Amino acid sequence: MSIHIKNLSKKFNQIYAVNNINLSISTNKTVGLLGPNGCGKTTSIGMMLGLIKPTSGDIIIQNKNINTFERNELLSIMNFASPYVELPKKLSVKQNLEIYGRLYGVKNLSLRVNELAEDLNLKDFLNKKTGELSSGQKNRVSLAKSLINKPEILLLDEPTASLDPDIGDYVRSYVQSYKSKNKVTILLASHNMAEVERLCDSVIMMKKGKIIDQGTSKEIISRHGRANLEETFLKIVRSKDEMA
Amino acid sequence: MRWHKIYALCLRHIYLISNSLPRIIDLIYWPTVQIFLWGFISKFFTLNSEYYSNTVGIILTAAILYDFLFRVSISYNIMFLEEIWSRNFTNLFIAPIKLSEMIASLTITAVFRSLIGLIPAALLAIPLFGVSVFKIGVPLLALLLSLYIFGVTLGLLVTSGLLRFGPSFENIAWASLFFLAPLGCIYYPVEILPLSLQIIAKGLPLVHVFEEMRNILLNGTVNYIEIFISILISIAYFIFGVIIFYVAYSGARIRGTLINMGE
Repeated sequence: MSIHIKNLSKKFNQIYAVNNINLSISTNKTVGLLGPNGCGKTTSIGMMLGLIKPTSGDIIIQNKNINTFERNELLSIMNFASPYVELPKKLSVKQNLEIYGRLYGVKNLSLRVNELAEDLNLKDFLNKKTGELSSGQKNRVSLAKSLINKPEILLLDEPTASLDPDIGDYVRSYVQSYKSKNKVTILLASHNMAEVERLCDSVIMMKKGKIIDQGTSKEIISRHGRANLEETFLKIVRSKDEMA
Repeated sequence: MRWHKIYALCLRHIYLISNSLPRIIDLIYWPTVQIFLWGFISKFFTLNSEYYSNTVGIILTAAILYDFLFRVSISYNIMFLEEIWSRNFTNLFIAPIKLSEMIASLTITAVFRSLIGLIPAALLAIPLFGVSVFKIGVPLLALLLSLYIFGVTLGLLVTSGLLRFGPSFENIAWASLFFLAPLGCIYYPVEILPLSLQIIAKGLPLVHVFEEMRNILLNGTVNYIEIFISILISIAYFIFGVIIFYVAYSGARIRGTLINMGE
């Protein structure tokens, strides 16, 4: 599934959160979305998910414009995970996965839940209430929910934020291994440069609602004459009105 | 609308209730307290009022019916608020479900939540106060239907406010049910109101429901036209509520509030 974004803008109270961005993500590629807080990453993801109505521009997913096409049909092949979005705390992990599986119309649901429980090590707390889990466990459950429908497009918003290095590495390894076994296009918004370098085929840098650079990590690093992506990020963020 | 999606949304709330005994007790507790309170008031009035001397428990029946309306509406609001409180809002709105399916699931679950409280309370009134709401007979179903539709409508309007103004609208959600109570003529005939308010009150289904309830219990006759009018008014408000909900949702998409609701 490919994603094409054309001249996409979103204005809140006369201020552009996203300002005329253009980007393409090819099928089965993982693209990192980088930028400082408030640069428009979450707004861009929100527009792709249909949660936010663009002020102008088009989002085309597999040749279907989400503004004109039946939204639910596209949402059934997409999914999203973020540590800032949670699942009902009073429901058990299994109940939550069952409900979302049903909402996404997953066939052989109990088989799929067991598969995810096995893959993401959820078995020990499958019947525990989601609100009683540690943040690392919650994160894995959230990831399981985002994979319940075997999405062809997966949007991840800071998936390892607030996780300890061990769990963070576990999640990154899982995403990497999942990607190698499944056909999925991933857009990963993150502040973790090492994570982006490790997981992404290419990177998009945003600042003040605009795309200011894009390419592979190596291309961007060499273009800015820095040693790694973190230094490049700092250079771009701290520079004034730098455009590619 | 796809029923398996509506069922999945209902299941979320069924699990929530069945996972928690305190929640079940809470659902039964308040209607029962109402029955006790109004049961004693009703008993006192029956013994001391000529108006009520012929019909035992007219106030208690009104209390049970009003409580049903209250429970339906509050259930609708709470179920929507649960999604905000649990920060599940975004997950729900990015799932491939239609707004109509969401409305249908809340509407269906609201009646179950309400009946969990209402049925024990209504049954309790029979041995405790010798009052049975079931004395109204078949028209009771029509009266409950009208109250149900109107209760859902109030829920829709409050949830629209939550979409429009965010969780800060929560306080209005609790207060909303009391706005209409004085005009609903639940415990007194519509003639008690000043003429100008009578005109407004007759635009609400509540007046028609409670006037008819009193008519059935006092006179033993059923005015089906009055019941039909109350259902018709409720449906008109419901359609208005659905439109407002869609407008609020569209506005929330423009303002971008769906993505961070609950934070």
